[in-house]
Amino acid sequence: MLRLVVRRLLQLIPTLLGLSVLLFLWLDRLPGGPASAILGERATEAEVARINRALGLDQPIYVQYWRFLKRIFQGDLGTSVQTGQPVTDEFFLRFPATVELSLLAMLIAVAIGIPLGYLAARKRGGWLDVGAVSGSLVGICIPVFFLGLILKEVLAVKLGFFPSYGRMDTGINATDVTGFAVLDGVLTGEFDASWNAIHHLILPAVTLASIPLAVIVRMTRASVLEVQDEDYVRTAQAKGLKSSVVRGRHVLRNALLPVITSVGLLTGSLLSGAVLTESVFSFNGIGNFIKTSIDGRDYPVLVGFIMFIAMVYVLINLLVDLAYSIIDPRVRVH
Amino acid sequence: MAVATKSEKIQRLAELTAVSETSTGASLWREAFRRLKSSKMAIVGAVIIVAFVLVAVVGPFLAPYSPSAQTWRNEVFPNQGKFVGARDGNWFGLDHLGRDLFSRMLVGARQTLLVGIVATLIGLVAGFLIGIVSGAAATLGGDTGRRVDSVIMRFIDMMLALPSLLLAVSIAAVMGQSLTTVMIAVGVVQVPVFARLLRGSMLAQGNADYVLAAQSLGVRKRRIVLSQILPNSLSPVIVQATLSLATAIIEAAALSYLGLGNPDPAIPEWGVMLAQAQRFFSYAPAMAVYPAVGIIITALGFTLLGEAMREALDPKLRG
Amino acid sequence: MSLLTVDELTVTFGGRGRKESRAVDGISFEVDQGQVVGLVGESGCGKSVTSLALMGLLPSKGLTIGGRAEFDGTDLFTMSPSARRDLRGSEMAMIFQDPLSSLNPVVPIGVQVTEILERHRGMKGEAARKEAAHLLDRVGIPDPTRRLKEYPHQLSGGMRQRALIAMAVACAPRLLIADEPTTALDVTIQAQILELLKELVDQEGTALLMITHDLGVVAGLCDQVNVLYAGKVVESAGRRELFAHPTHPYAHGLLGSIPRLDAPRGEPLNPIRGSINDRIAWADGCAFAPRCDRYEMGCLTGTPQLGEPRAAGHQVRCVNPVLDDAKAEEVPA
Repeated sequence: MLRLVVRRLLQLIPTLLGLSVLLFLWLDRLPGGPASAILGERATEAEVARINRALGLDQPIYVQYWRFLKRIFQGDLGTSVQTGQPVTDEFFLRFPATVELSLLAMLIAVAIGIPLGYLAARKRGGWLDVGAVSGSLVGICIPVFFLGLILKEVLAVKLGFFPSYGRMDTGINATDVTGFAVLDGVLTGEFDASWNAIHHLILPAVTLASIPLAVIVRMTRASVLEVQDEDYVRTAQAKGLKSSVVRGRHVLRNALLPVITSVGLLTGSLLSGAVLTESVFSFNGIGNFIKTSIDGRDYPVLVGFIMFIAMVYVLINLLVDLAYSIIDPRVRVH
Repeated sequence: MAVATKSEKIQRLAELTAVSETSTGASLWREAFRRLKSSKMAIVGAVIIVAFVLVAVVGPFLAPYSPSAQTWRNEVFPNQGKFVGARDGNWFGLDHLGRDLFSRMLVGARQTLLVGIVATLIGLVAGFLIGIVSGAAATLGGDTGRRVDSVIMRFIDMMLALPSLLLAVSIAAVMGQSLTTVMIAVGVVQVPVFARLLRGSMLAQGNADYVLAAQSLGVRKRRIVLSQILPNSLSPVIVQATLSLATAIIEAAALSYLGLGNPDPAIPEWGVMLAQAQRFFSYAPAMAVYPAVGIIITALGFTLLGEAMREALDPKLRG
Repeated sequence: MSLLTVDELTVTFGGRGRKESRAVDGISFEVDQGQVVGLVGESGCGKSVTSLALMGLLPSKGLTIGGRAEFDGTDLFTMSPSARRDLRGSEMAMIFQDPLSSLNPVVPIGVQVTEILERHRGMKGEAARKEAAHLLDRVGIPDPTRRLKEYPHQLSGGMRQRALIAMAVACAPRLLIADEPTTALDVTIQAQILELLKELVDQEGTALLMITHDLGVVAGLCDQVNVLYAGKVVESAGRRELFAHPTHPYAHGLLGSIPRLDAPRGEPLNPIRGSINDRIAWADGCAFAPRCDRYEMGCLTGTPQLGEPRAAGHQVRCVNPVLDDAKAEEVPA
């Protein structure tokens, strides 16, 4: 097990190194070059010249890259043009909010998607199946930000069931412990803060869940349909087992394996979706900050955040692989 | 009873076997096409696509007004929330600059289709080339080939580690705002998807007995790849290309929402129209709903056809 | 009275949009307590469908079952699904062809054995585990306590089939159906598995319905043999009688097609030409006629009926049977 973890971690190194090369070249190619990337577009010529000298742009490109890499390893990703704060600080300030949102979205997608996909497969061709399949097809085809817009307009603005923006109401007294608003409320006993944060999370989470939900429904359904016809399910039936045991232990346990892998891969689309969703609901996470950084051409933030997000994605997929190897004995090293 | 002659017996046997003969061995693709025709999903998808393509082709000629002329500029006041909805002459109403929405929808269909097709082609061609090199190297290239394949795959992993939207944003940031940017950005995002798919499919075929048979007969490697492995690995790629048309249109809309779409008012595109409309959503939801519904239905058409193709080509369902 | 009486069993698949196909076309046979009965034929003849229909394991969609199958005096096909489930695994059990795909890959062997003990014998926890180890030991799996914790992919092919047999005999069933239990195994393992089955039948008095295409298995194990072709029994006889006097041209051909080790070098093999797809509908004549050297005009009008052209109890469905013993003597008895 440990060897597997180490091997997989080592495999990450070339991926991340390559990514840093790409990002370095990207910064270099940006309109105006790295100087204006760091200073923003409003920089004067004198400032640009000073920065260029300070960055050693007269030196060969591999020397420049080496410096870039060294800075990254020291955790120095530059400062945000918008706020003047270090990019790393900006990231960790907002990261908990996005984690909270993504977790809730994934929870919704899994909690609804797996049972729905399973029931659709069981009653193949029935109304639930037809509804689930067509619903998930439409779900994939709705642009995420449009769905968010509709939900916000109808449920928040018109009907007032939910708050329409932000992470928490301004009047709420909340102590910051971990940065996770819901968790902080529980830790400090400020349950109204927790509740308020959850209330703010629901609409963005539902919006963000739409694509993973659609994918999980279809994956689960297809997987259950396939497993149902396996020989070992017939064996289980030949043993006269209760149908709950046949379905749980023999059908579902096998059918969920590919679904688990897809959950890992979906985190990528979840992070893409977060940029759109957070911006629709003015939810102050990394996604929303990326949107404002695009608008404000805040390139240090974009580079730094993309680097962090790629790492998060890769680590999540590593975790999913490890989880998979625990659940599926065939993958386990023996 | 008279003793039957041999020819009479054979004649009678031939009659009986002719009746009970099972279906003739149709080719894989013809069989898939036959199943596709009987699939409701495929028919609905195909009808949507045909209608959409028709609008894209003839739409600009049918548009009653210029899509960029701000003919009714003095009737719309976005700042005061005053908009003009559907009425005689302007069937979909006006947008925030007093332009005819119906005309913009008709003209925009062509741009939307173009974005989808070009982006998918970029992803398909580049992904196909990478995939075929990687797949061929991994199946028949021996140790060196496997090393080449693993280098390519690390690169693909890297591209996949970037959420697709951020990858597109990075590309768009370098290239500046334009329709071409959107097409390239959305296309590049599809590259790793196609590359992985083709490679995986070729790898699965590479282990098949018929490849071993061809190798043992001394068939040249290039020939095995091109005439044996590749044709048998294509079906998932074709399915993915159909599905990609849908994703490309949706991703293009998302890029427009992020402010990276085509800013040129003379050539409207549904994604850009939707992105512009969201600011006025509270006052004039129709402005967003028309392009959104257009995008959703079109994407649905490609998705339905793609899914139906997947089912039709699935070897497990072939009976 | 027989333990299992199958009377004019028909199984038809079909339903929405699909052409109906009759996989089993009126099969009748009996299995007595402690008897080993073989259903023999090439793939597609309906032997596996028959066994699955008896177990009630065919997918219900588009399925029509006709005829009767009485197990211990009650008709299986009119039983309630839950009564049928109680019967499965306890009174009648089945062993399948491919031991790897027939075992759940992600559930330990031990759980797959104990679940049947929990279901039918009400055993739990440590008692169930002990009994499971005992069962594995009985079917010849060494170090059973350790094996209980292992997964199917960690076992060899022969061990997997032994584990499946352990599950099948866990509740001492009165009828065991084995569907080609040795086909997926190496020849040396095949013999061991057959030996094990024989031993279990002898010790417990279990009736065994053996589904196979392998005449070697029939020769070593079966008391009574039914030869199937295109969904019908074409010949039914005791093992000795069948091997001595194969009378239907198909059975005759099957026995004649076995290569003999003592045959002189260069002697041609005698295959039956064509495949089971070259057939005519039973309603029009004998389904085997297109592949038969002996067919006549009479074979091509109406379904041939079972008769006893040679000896009482030796049933043959043929208009022009092989009664010429001189030829049959070439076949080993």
